[in-house]
Amino acid sequence: MRKGLLFIAIAGLLIALPGSLQAQCKQFAKKVCKVGLKPYQHDGNYHAALLIEGEEAELYKTFYSNTDYRIGVCGAGNLNDVEFRIMDNNNKVLYNNKYENYEWKWDFKLESSQQLKIVVKVPSPENNMEEPKEGCVAIMFGFKDE
Amino acid sequence: MKPSLMRTNLLDSGKVLILLSLFISLSMVSCNSANKKDKGDSDTAEEFVSATDEDAQEKFQTVKRIFYSLPSPIETAKILQSAGATYNEDLLNPTSNHTKYITNLSMALNLGIYSTDMSYASLFDQTQVTLNYIDVAKKLADGLNIMNVIDESTMQRLEDNINNRDIIIDIISQTLLNSSSYLQEQGLESTATIILVGGWVEGLYIATQLAEKQSIESNMIVERIVDQKFSIDFIINLLNEAQEDPNAMAILEDIKVLKLTFDKIEITQGENTAVTDPETKVTTLKSDSSHNLTQSIFDELVAKVQDLRNSYIS
Repeated sequence: MRKGLLFIAIAGLLIALPGSLQAQCKQFAKKVCKVGLKPYQHDGNYHAALLIEGEEAELYKTFYSNTDYRIGVCGAGNLNDVEFRIMDNNNKVLYNNKYENYEWKWDFKLESSQQLKIVVKVPSPENNMEEPKEGCVAIMFGFKDE
Repeated sequence: MKPSLMRTNLLDSGKVLILLSLFISLSMVSCNSANKKDKGDSDTAEEFVSATDEDAQEKFQTVKRIFYSLPSPIETAKILQSAGATYNEDLLNPTSNHTKYITNLSMALNLGIYSTDMSYASLFDQTQVTLNYIDVAKKLADGLNIMNVIDESTMQRLEDNINNRDIIIDIISQTLLNSSSYLQEQGLESTATIILVGGWVEGLYIATQLAEKQSIESNMIVERIVDQKFSIDFIINLLNEAQEDPNAMAILEDIKVLKLTFDKIEITQGENTAVTDPETKVTTLKSDSSHNLTQSIFDELVAKVQDLRNSYIS
C-alpha cells in the first residue's frame, strides 16, 4: 500500500512538473524582466518560453513611429548569455547583442512604423558534452512617448 | 478488517494503480513522441553535416518557435493618444452591456474590448470611468475562469492610488500580463488571442470613428490606422494556429473580410539605417515610408470596422 502511495506521489510530481516550470517562467518574466523595463511602460503582453541550449525562437511585432521602445530579452540564471538579433522585413540585421557584450535590452525609436523580427537564441557552450540545459527566456516590450 | 472488505479495497487500489500506470504510460508515450520528434530533429541535424547549408537552414527553420505579438490594449490606447486622439466616451462599449456576454466567445472578445476602453479612459485621466471598466473586465475574466487577474491587494493598490495615472496604467499592464500568462499556462492560447483581437478591433474602431470626420491627409490617427495593415497578418497567423477552436475560426473569417480592404493599401518601406546616439545609447531606425490610401478605401474600412465592432458588442 505504501508503495502505491509513493507511486501516486511520483506520478503526481511527473504530471505537475511541466506546469510548475511554466509557472516559474511566469514569475521570472514578471519579477526580473518586466521590472528591468522601467522607466519604459510594459505593454502588458507576455512572451516567455522554455528554451533548450541551441534552440532559436522568432517573434514578430509591429513598432510605431514617434514612440520610444525598449526590448528586453531575459534568460533565467541557469542559462548562459542569451543572444538576440533584430531584423527588418528585408532580413537586414539592425542590432545584435552578441556585439554588445550580450546586453539584455535595446532602446530604439523609428522614423517610420514597420514590423520587425526578434530572433532569440540560447547558444550552446562550445564542445559541450553534457545534456543541453533548459531554461526560461522572456521577451518583453516597454514604450514611452518621445 | 474483514477479509472480504480487505480484498475489495485491495482490488480498488489495484484498479487505481492500473489506471494510474495506464495514464502514466500514455503520458510517457506522449512525452516520448515529443522527445522522438526532438531526437528526430537532432538526427536531422546530424545528417545535415553532409548536406548543403540551404537544406540545413530549411530543416532548422522547421523546428523554430515562432511568436506574433499583437498590440496590447494599453499599447493601442497609447498609440491613439500619441497620434493626437481626443477622449470621446460615447465611443466606448457601455459597461451595462456586460450582462449580455454569456458565451466564451463574447466574454473573450468583450474582455479585450473593455480592456482597450479602460486603457483609453485611464490615459485621459477618466478615473471613475476607468474603475467602472476594470470592474466589468474583472467580471468577464471571472466568467472565463481566469484566476487572480485582479486580486484583493491589486484592488487595494488601485484604491490607494486612484489619482495616480502611472500606477493605474501599471496595474492595467500587470492585469493584462496576469491574464495572458494564465491562459498560456492553461493551454488556452486561442482565448488569449481572441481577447487581443477584441482589444485590437476596439482600438481600430475608436481610431476610425475619431478620424472619420477629418481629412485623411497628414493625419496621424489615419497613419496609425494604416499601420494596422502590419498587424492583420499576425492576427490571421495566430488564429490559424487555433484550428481546433471553432470560436477562433469564426473570428478568423471576420478578420479575413477586413483584410480584403487592408490589402488595397500598399505601403512602401525604404531601407533602414540604424544610428545610435553615443550618449543616450538609443538607436534611431532611419527610413522613409509611404502609402496609397484613398478616401474611398478609408470609407470602406471605417464601415467594415464599425459593422464588425458592433457585431462583437451586441
